[in-house]
Amino acid sequence: MFDITIIGAGVVGSMIARTLSKYKLNILVLEKENDVGNGASSANSAIIHSGYDPEPGSLKARLNVRGNYLFDKVAEELDVEFMRIGSITLANNQEEVEILESLVERAALNGVCVKVLNHDELKTIEPSITDKVIKGLLAPTCGIINPFELVVAAMENAIDNGVKLHLCEEVTSIVKQESGFIVNTNKNSYETKYVINCAGVYSDKINEMVNKKSFTIKPRRGEYFVLDHFDNNYVRHVLFNVPSSKGKGVLVSPTTHYNYLVGPSSEYIDDKEDVSTDKETLDNVKQKAYSLVDNLRLDKQIRIFSGIRAVSDTGDFVIEEVIPYFINVAGIQSPGLASSPAIAEMVEEMIKGKELKEDYNPYRKPLPRLNKKTIEEKIALCKTNPLYGNIICRCEKISEGEIVDAIRRNCGATTVKGVKKRVRPGFGKCQGGFCEASVMKILARELGCDIKQIVYGKENAYILKEGTKGE
Amino acid sequence: MKTYDLVVIGGGSGGLSAAISAYDEGVKNILVLEKEAYLGGILLQCIHNGFGLHTFKEELTGPEYADRFVKELIEREIEYKVNTFVTEIKKNDEDFTVIYSNQEEGFVLINAKTIITATGCSERTRGEISMQGDRPSGVMTAGMAQKYLNLEGYLVGKNVFILGSGDIGLIMARRMVLEGANVLGVAELMPYSNGLNRNIVQCLEDFNIPLYLSHTVKRVIGKDRLESVIIQQVDENLNFIEGTEIIFNCDTLLLSVGLIPNNPLLTSLGVLMHPKTKGPLVDEYLMTNVKGIFACGNSLHVHDLVDFVTNEGAICGKSAAKYLKGNLNTNNIININNGKGISYVLPKTMYLNNDTTFKLNFRVNKPYKDVELIIKQNDKIIKKLKKAYLIPAEMESVIILKKDVTSLDDIIVEVIE
Amino acid sequence: MKELICIVCPKGCHLKVDDNLNVTGNGCNRGITYAKDELTNPTRMVTSTVKVNGGKLSRVPVVTSKPVPKNKIMDVMEEINKVQVNAPIYIKDIIISNVLGLGVDIVATRSVL
Repeated sequence: MFDITIIGAGVVGSMIARTLSKYKLNILVLEKENDVGNGASSANSAIIHSGYDPEPGSLKARLNVRGNYLFDKVAEELDVEFMRIGSITLANNQEEVEILESLVERAALNGVCVKVLNHDELKTIEPSITDKVIKGLLAPTCGIINPFELVVAAMENAIDNGVKLHLCEEVTSIVKQESGFIVNTNKNSYETKYVINCAGVYSDKINEMVNKKSFTIKPRRGEYFVLDHFDNNYVRHVLFNVPSSKGKGVLVSPTTHYNYLVGPSSEYIDDKEDVSTDKETLDNVKQKAYSLVDNLRLDKQIRIFSGIRAVSDTGDFVIEEVIPYFINVAGIQSPGLASSPAIAEMVEEMIKGKELKEDYNPYRKPLPRLNKKTIEEKIALCKTNPLYGNIICRCEKISEGEIVDAIRRNCGATTVKGVKKRVRPGFGKCQGGFCEASVMKILARELGCDIKQIVYGKENAYILKEGTKGE
Repeated sequence: MKTYDLVVIGGGSGGLSAAISAYDEGVKNILVLEKEAYLGGILLQCIHNGFGLHTFKEELTGPEYADRFVKELIEREIEYKVNTFVTEIKKNDEDFTVIYSNQEEGFVLINAKTIITATGCSERTRGEISMQGDRPSGVMTAGMAQKYLNLEGYLVGKNVFILGSGDIGLIMARRMVLEGANVLGVAELMPYSNGLNRNIVQCLEDFNIPLYLSHTVKRVIGKDRLESVIIQQVDENLNFIEGTEIIFNCDTLLLSVGLIPNNPLLTSLGVLMHPKTKGPLVDEYLMTNVKGIFACGNSLHVHDLVDFVTNEGAICGKSAAKYLKGNLNTNNIININNGKGISYVLPKTMYLNNDTTFKLNFRVNKPYKDVELIIKQNDKIIKKLKKAYLIPAEMESVIILKKDVTSLDDIIVEVIE
Repeated sequence: MKELICIVCPKGCHLKVDDNLNVTGNGCNRGITYAKDELTNPTRMVTSTVKVNGGKLSRVPVVTSKPVPKNKIMDVMEEINKVQVNAPIYIKDIIISNVLGLGVDIVATRSVL
């Protein structure tokens, strides 16, 4: 019997699991994918929004602002890359300037500090912006984060504190009992007191396994370009278009590794898993990005991708104990990443009869992060483990030691994508061309399996079909 | 800290040749650093034959060609390290500091008086060419599939489509068929192939593999593993022509869509890059704008034949030796530019000095038949050559006598139809 | 008149062969031989790999010592796929001698220790 069963190990499920792991609770996390954070959490803008934008009074507004505030602590405890670089929302015409000014009022209502700057002021702090810019709204608390790392770190820390994670288990039905629930998956059956539904685009389906339909998730896709790192000062802030009559606009932003993201598009789609990209949509993204920066360096493009957001038809986050002991945490679209620590706090308050553990440790064992070390530190690190001297990923300079660490930790990597999400080999210009074979060999060795069983990401995404010579 | 007269980064065909020639020119204190477990570079996975006709007057496979140079290096007792990756080069007042790392030694700093970079090239990926549709496994560069097949002994798929008719794609079409896969076709965006003619014949025609010219992949389908690709014809402006889609059910899409010189170490040193070749800008001695740093092989510009890389490595080695002796005369600089019909010329500059010759390498921008190649300064023709065939896939090289260069005006290479 | 692309070397000369097997467009004499052979008895070199046991690598690359008839390529591959060798293998070692009685050997092109 579990006290808590969390369905879905995205950023929301993982952050809730971690927060609840400080209590004497028997917690199970069920995830249908073979890794944590494979849905919306790994394909988004990687922004910790300041919170000036959501409708005042909404859950989004409250949790975004609170979540943003909590992130310094979360990032420090979990050793996650997080940089408060600030965002600038750029207005290029009179209509946009008017909207910008209305955003100032909204920011005040949400309790977020912002400042309107004129063109020349903006150009000093952000030289990349286009000459068309008239005014811009600076929100200094906006940050960028490594979203892959955040989910993995939260779950790793949760597991360190006793949470159980079952991957590749898809919930097929939930039966309400007199006290608690039975959660059936494709593999097992679990008795649980609480169900916390964090199933992302499938959260409406999970809800309807027990409750009446009260919200619908409409999958919305965002497509992006990723640029290689080439100049750490190319764009220094998160640059947003003003949301206007022409639509929501796009962003150009550095990542925590000084890659640059250009996107997203915004299309409602039917298929909850359709993360394809489309040329016309991306061309449209490109056009919008030119209203932010003149020198859009698409010659540095190394990847295109898209992600699905779980948008609720209610227009706000759905966080409610819909029937006793069944908590929906649904419709967590943008600013979900930013809100995630505050969402976890809110759910924490909903759990009754909980008692703190004595031995809860909020700190995750820090990553080796060779690239951030001085040469003296690197030399010292190699003395502790010679595998740090063997560089596997040429583009991002990732060592075998870091890859092995990423596999052996709690919530460790089991796929090529899992390694990539945790320590970045394959994120560079060659997109794994040079290092994928080595990463696969390391995975096979560490997991004790045949190399042919190693998949790229999803369970059926095999890389090697068969051995030659009849092997 | 150890000091070397010459550090060669990369132990492939360019680096090996450069080290050997520098040694033969009197530089004895050399270190060659190779990232992989064996010297030889990409040749080791190119197990097909066709290498060395110019250098050895016989046809070798890639590993055999590499072996000859590895033996030469070992005979000369030139120091080398494998499984060793260079993470950084720093410029000092007089020389350079190279930081390398490997499992045995960890991170190590050494001094280098000169450096030759021969770090090869990388393949363009699906992300770089904005391939549309899903992002399943089974879409990979041809070179990656070649590595799995020839070095590791794994077939990446059984039903294969290939995008791009570059040589690696063509060679892989044959290799996959020989090892038991079906190759359904090769699509090429341009109206002509980018591979060598002989590879079209013996890799595609021999196995009845269709080549779809002026076609490209429109969409990739498959959520986990690749399930199918849709190819479509393009017009002369490379826009899709409606109604020409063909769907192929396949588990593998190999990409042979171009190679880009790989120079991650040079940009932070302030080495200027050539906008067309994507390799460093070099002078006739293959020296970059940072004095003492030389480049050769596919990290300088992408070659069609390894024999040319070997030659270029030898020039590089000689130049480094001259530089170390203080004999590199870089006065009286002349710019070399591409004129009509030429996509790029290398080197970028030459010097009017006492040397007797220098070598020009260039590629044309499209196929030509029965044309003249002109190398000139203003109206003065330095050299004129008749050419029956010129194609972008084949690099042209011309040796110029320095005595024919009489002024400091720009040298122009052009095609006259 | 038949047009051929010479595959003897990477130059790929454009050859023309008339009905009396006179060859033009060749860059060297091997082009003449190639054109005549290609129209009468086409042959090809075959390269592949052979499974190695107990070596630092699991495959050794191999090549035919001479070109084999084009219609025998897949038969030669079958023989190559059947054989296994034990390390060490040295470059130029004969892996299969006189494969299928064609008078051609399968030769290692790399050492595997």
